[in-house]
Amino acid sequence: MKSNFVKVAIGAALLATTALAAPTAASAKTLVYCSEGSPEGFNPALYTAGTTFDASSRQVFNRLVQFKRGTTTIVPGLATSWDISADGTEYTFHLREGVKFHTTGDFTPTRDFNADDIMFTFMRQWSKDHPYNGVSGGSYEYFNSMSMPDLIKDIVKVDDYTVKFVLNRPEAPFIANLAMDFASVLSGEYADNMLEAGTPENVDLNPVGTGPFQLVQYQKDAVIRYKANPDYWEGPAAIDNLIFAITPDSTVRYQKLKAGECHVMPYPNPADLAAMEADADVNLMSQEGLNVGYLGYNTEKEPFTKAEVRKALNMAINKEAIIEAVYQGAGAVAKNPLPPTIWSYNNDTVDDPFDPEAAKKMLADAGYPDGFTTDIWAMPVQRPYNPNARRMAEMIQADWAAIGVTAEIVSYEWGEYLERTKQGEQGTFMLGWTGDNGDPDNFLAVLLGCDAVGSANRSRWCNDEFDGLIQQAKTTADVLERTRLYEEAQTVFKREAPWATIAHSIVFEPIRNEVVDYKIDPFGGHIFYGVDIKE
Amino acid sequence: MLGFLLRRLGDIIPTFFGVTLLVFFLIRLIPGDPILMMAGERGVDAVRYAELQAQYGFDQPVIVQYYHYLVGVFQGDLGRSFVTKKPVFEEFMTLFPATVELSIMGILFAVIIGLPLGVIAAIKRGTIVDHTTMTISLTGYSMPIFWWALLLIMFFSTTLGWTPVSGRLSIFYYIEPVTGFMLIDTLISGEKGAFVSALRHLILPTIALGTIPMAVIARMTRSSMLEVLGEDYIRVARAKGLAPMRVIMVHALRNALIPVITVIGLQVGVLLAGAILTETIFSWPGIGKWIVEALGRRDYPTIQGGILMIAFLMMSVNLLVDLLYGVINPRIRHRR
Repeated sequence: MKSNFVKVAIGAALLATTALAAPTAASAKTLVYCSEGSPEGFNPALYTAGTTFDASSRQVFNRLVQFKRGTTTIVPGLATSWDISADGTEYTFHLREGVKFHTTGDFTPTRDFNADDIMFTFMRQWSKDHPYNGVSGGSYEYFNSMSMPDLIKDIVKVDDYTVKFVLNRPEAPFIANLAMDFASVLSGEYADNMLEAGTPENVDLNPVGTGPFQLVQYQKDAVIRYKANPDYWEGPAAIDNLIFAITPDSTVRYQKLKAGECHVMPYPNPADLAAMEADADVNLMSQEGLNVGYLGYNTEKEPFTKAEVRKALNMAINKEAIIEAVYQGAGAVAKNPLPPTIWSYNNDTVDDPFDPEAAKKMLADAGYPDGFTTDIWAMPVQRPYNPNARRMAEMIQADWAAIGVTAEIVSYEWGEYLERTKQGEQGTFMLGWTGDNGDPDNFLAVLLGCDAVGSANRSRWCNDEFDGLIQQAKTTADVLERTRLYEEAQTVFKREAPWATIAHSIVFEPIRNEVVDYKIDPFGGHIFYGVDIKE
Repeated sequence: MLGFLLRRLGDIIPTFFGVTLLVFFLIRLIPGDPILMMAGERGVDAVRYAELQAQYGFDQPVIVQYYHYLVGVFQGDLGRSFVTKKPVFEEFMTLFPATVELSIMGILFAVIIGLPLGVIAAIKRGTIVDHTTMTISLTGYSMPIFWWALLLIMFFSTTLGWTPVSGRLSIFYYIEPVTGFMLIDTLISGEKGAFVSALRHLILPTIALGTIPMAVIARMTRSSMLEVLGEDYIRVARAKGLAPMRVIMVHALRNALIPVITVIGLQVGVLLAGAILTETIFSWPGIGKWIVEALGRRDYPTIQGGILMIAFLMMSVNLLVDLLYGVINPRIRHRR
């Protein structure tokens, strides 16, 4: 009798340990995301890669203002509201109360989120004297590339729940910049503790945020584990655990999705798309990406100084054929320099028709009846906005040959290519852009503004009418007025044709059928708050 | 013996220097400025560029940079990755056990399957068994690893569902790395089923990685066995009436093994090269994938450190082997 009791007791104990051994399997909801690589680190201010943002800012942190999931619309985040001074140079943010930071192995917060955390986050990046400025390499590339150091005049803590940013000049896109990953709010208290302990770099390795998920474990090149933050201010996530299974090969990612080893995967191999479409277990989502791939003309070089020549060359390019051959269908013809997912996209723009005969005539009228000789620079790398620049260059070369223009294809190593095109060595060149903050300014001013000649404006196109419109839009806070200005700027752009706008690539996201409420992020991110799994 | 050891060490030091020189300067010959690569389309202004140059030490003459690098290496400091900002040595040590674990399994698979196959083919020379075995091994040798690996995944994981697709352990097990060897760590953790899961995850990568060495070993064993089987002493042994099994296993195989063992040693290099592809496909967190990624990003410290560590380990293994030869064969010890 006694021995039976012992046996039963041991059996029960064993069962209990087995149940404990796999706690995530049965009771809790776990979503597995087959991510494409390891993050560079866990402080989004220090890095620029989307892979890093997926693992950090998009799950662990919040920002003062945020993008509404699946859109480029700005909504309140850690700030409940904000006021902009009449001259557009002072932004006062009213902070949300009762927001808790994560409790981790390194840190137990003693206070709620407040203005000190905002001060820490931005002063670290802005002030060279801040004790954290040089920690973990101290390079804040996005903060710099969005011109924040020149833009910010001062950051003032008004009280515990009010912070004021003073700018050197009015800049309407500033608010959108604050929704970007680099502006993710870190805990000032945690930073103080780590500085005292002599391990400040822990702040960037073991993140403490206010976001919907908190980091539990990271094994380089293998796995990242998160658990839902039970105190999250928007309410706890529908899933209990989030796991990133790092899977670099795109075909293998699909095999894992098929086998049920993950629920969501990014960046499918174009060759697998047809199979995914036919797969009953998989829902292949798609959306136009926040990007544009284009062919630019060096408008300072003959004969591209003439708008009629540029227009004629545009009309000779068969974009439909390029979408078919280069994008393998995963692209949409671009008529504006902005993607349609950005507000102020001008739907009324009429694209240059594909008409080689008319193009030839136009070229003759412009003084080139026998055509001319030029070059097409093709990028050596694959980018989301242009999967195969070489192939695209060959197709355009053939199209132009049909109207008597002889073009030689030129390419350089990537760093060299970027540098030389910046210097303006090219006749025509291929490049593209992926949006940072969803603001039209981020495309129009960055790529086509007069200030950007010699940097990102590689067409070296400086048109007073266009530039006047975008400068005015930059200093106007009213969104309706800005929309009107940008729409007009797009009309000028189309008339003057500094680029041949080729395509916006289409982003595909295969997810398993049991995944509910997943939304494609226009910024190319992968966001799991708000996503659920059907039992 | 001490003299022999010193002579061998004397060879190692210049080799080590040579490797540091090679990796340091060859990397800098690859076109591509790491700072411009990192900046991409966004670009970087001149002031910031100069700042970053100074931060990475690129503003100094290359020879000075090399000197600083060398001083660091002798103090055990391989520098910090440009990308993750973490010490290269630390990253190497985190990832290396995964590569070693996979390589050991790969070579075990190659020997355990390849050796008997070769022996059988030699004994059954000219028969259908011989032809089949050699055709299989030739096919194995000729197959590109990435393609073979994908086929294995599609067949065994997706279609049959017998093995996991990729990774080192089911994500439902939460194991803190102790040794970095998953088989050992799962045993230590005591979590039920974790060890089996780790083993199951090893099956396909082991086959993918071990196939080429297996084919080489099988072919080498076959030809070596055929040579030995023709020797007079085998005929004598058979004439004495020894059991055929004993003739093959004791008299023939032992002597046939000498060249085979040399080949097995050479396969270690092949394994490391194969590990790069195998690791990428099977999402295996090892050093092969790590170095290739670093190359793409022009992460100089990681590339330099990674290659130097591999070279250092290979040299150490070679030194050990040489010393062992010396212990076994006094003639090697006293030559020169």
